[in-house]
Amino acid sequence: MNTIMPNLVIPDNQGQPVTRNEKGILEVQNLSAWYGKTLAVKNISMSIRTQTIMSIIGPSGCGKSTFIRCLNRMHEVAHGGRVEGCIMLDGKDIYARDADPVVIRRRIGMVFQKPTSFPTMSIFDNVAAGLKLTRFWSHKMELEEVVERSLRRAALWDEVKDKLNQSGASLSGGQQQRLCIARAIAIEPEIILLDEPCSALDPASTLKIEDLMRSLVEQYTIVIVTHNMQQAARVSDMAAFFLMDHDRSGILIEYGPTSQLFTNPKDKRTEDYITGRFG
Amino acid sequence: MSSTIERRYLRRKWINKVMLGLSSIAAGIAIFMVALILGYTLIHGISYLNLDLLTQAAKPVGEAGGGMRNEIFGTLILVGLGSIIALPIGLLAGIFLSEYASPKVAATVRFMADILAGVPSIVVGVFVYAIMVRPMHSYSALSGGVALAMIMIPVVARTAEESLRLVPNSMREAALALGITRWRAVIGVIIPGALTGIITGVMLAVARIAGETAPLLFTALGSQFGVQGLLKPIGALPLQIFKYAMSPYKSEQQQAWAGAFLLVILVLGISILVRWISNRKRI
Repeated sequence: MNTIMPNLVIPDNQGQPVTRNEKGILEVQNLSAWYGKTLAVKNISMSIRTQTIMSIIGPSGCGKSTFIRCLNRMHEVAHGGRVEGCIMLDGKDIYARDADPVVIRRRIGMVFQKPTSFPTMSIFDNVAAGLKLTRFWSHKMELEEVVERSLRRAALWDEVKDKLNQSGASLSGGQQQRLCIARAIAIEPEIILLDEPCSALDPASTLKIEDLMRSLVEQYTIVIVTHNMQQAARVSDMAAFFLMDHDRSGILIEYGPTSQLFTNPKDKRTEDYITGRFG
Repeated sequence: MSSTIERRYLRRKWINKVMLGLSSIAAGIAIFMVALILGYTLIHGISYLNLDLLTQAAKPVGEAGGGMRNEIFGTLILVGLGSIIALPIGLLAGIFLSEYASPKVAATVRFMADILAGVPSIVVGVFVYAIMVRPMHSYSALSGGVALAMIMIPVVARTAEESLRLVPNSMREAALALGITRWRAVIGVIIPGALTGIITGVMLAVARIAGETAPLLFTALGSQFGVQGLLKPIGALPLQIFKYAMSPYKSEQQQAWAGAFLLVILVLGISILVRWISNRKRI
């Protein structure tokens, strides 16, 4: 699936057009996140290269989901969510005072654990939702093009092309999740975040989505949180290992190329987790 | 040993049957009451249950015949006025409570809405009399509409809020994660998801105010001259039933029964419609 993407002109944070030759490079610097008074993740620093799949692994409750939500400013949507530190997207801090979260979220898309297709909309409208609801008005032809392109990229087109007008709820779990991925790609983000996208799916759908990720990484940067170490080993180029510190906040133990993390980890705790001694 | 267990089992079965019987009787009584009301109003008003009821104006006292055309119009106008005022306010309040308010502010507003919902309808009527009828020096359909709106607003707001809250948070997050602004997410994703519940709540509120009498006593007053405009007194179905029920004339009493039957059918019809809509859109 080697579709060449045309050079798109998209507005950056200040509304100046930026030609998309450079894709999203994420630099996380000293990120800490709170829920009210509880510290959830502490002092995370890492850099995420473009066109790689970075997987975030670690035992339950060590702040992986919280961290990934900070990457597109979804953490502050939760009640009492607060963030300190900065995340540089192409050199500009997404938590700067003048940064618009809505624009950030259009550049960094997210797919959640539970497939959430909008039940009141048809499949077509679901995929187009990101466009229809963010602009004042769109040409029907343009919408149709985008929907078909996104569904093809999400490997769902053949299965739904005859029933685009049916409700999104009529699809199976795996198909709904691919629909959510199509919906996220339709707005042409630079980075796609996936929060345990396959944990609610059967193995066959999981495999399909993993193949999908490998094909998408040619154009997007992908960050995936996963509980499943085998999945991380199968799919990702880089891996980051999170663990819970003594004060019950999540910290980053180490990150690096997946093969290196799995075969030659630098930290003993990483090795213990990989070999299954805990978690 | 086994006979004690058997006895306990038999006792349990017997208690089960008794409770089942009692709850069935209770349900039966409830259904019977509805049937009784319908039957009673039907039988007593049967002589006046004809097309004249809907098309004729009231006849002067003593004359046979006549209908409630003007009062039916009056009820429609009052309910319409009340809805025009109450629906925007109530729906926006419900959206505010569910989507935008911080928990403390939401708790306060909810409390106030519940208090307003609990105010007796006659008190609402007297209040609107004081703030509208007295300064305007006239009873009017407008003040009647305002009184009905005051009763409707908390009901609409609460049911709208409850319906919006039923939309799972994952859907809100999914919409926001697409880079959709908050208010467009509310309008484009969340309200459609809650639409069935909101419509149900609105229709039930409309059914309720269609039958309210006390707030209209001091605001709309009732009119013997038909619909004279929004700033003049206006008749309404419940008011007319009240007036005729207290009258010594048999024909007017029978008309009261007929009007009562009409009112019950109206409320019943709205409730059935509401059920039909919510059953159809089972998502």
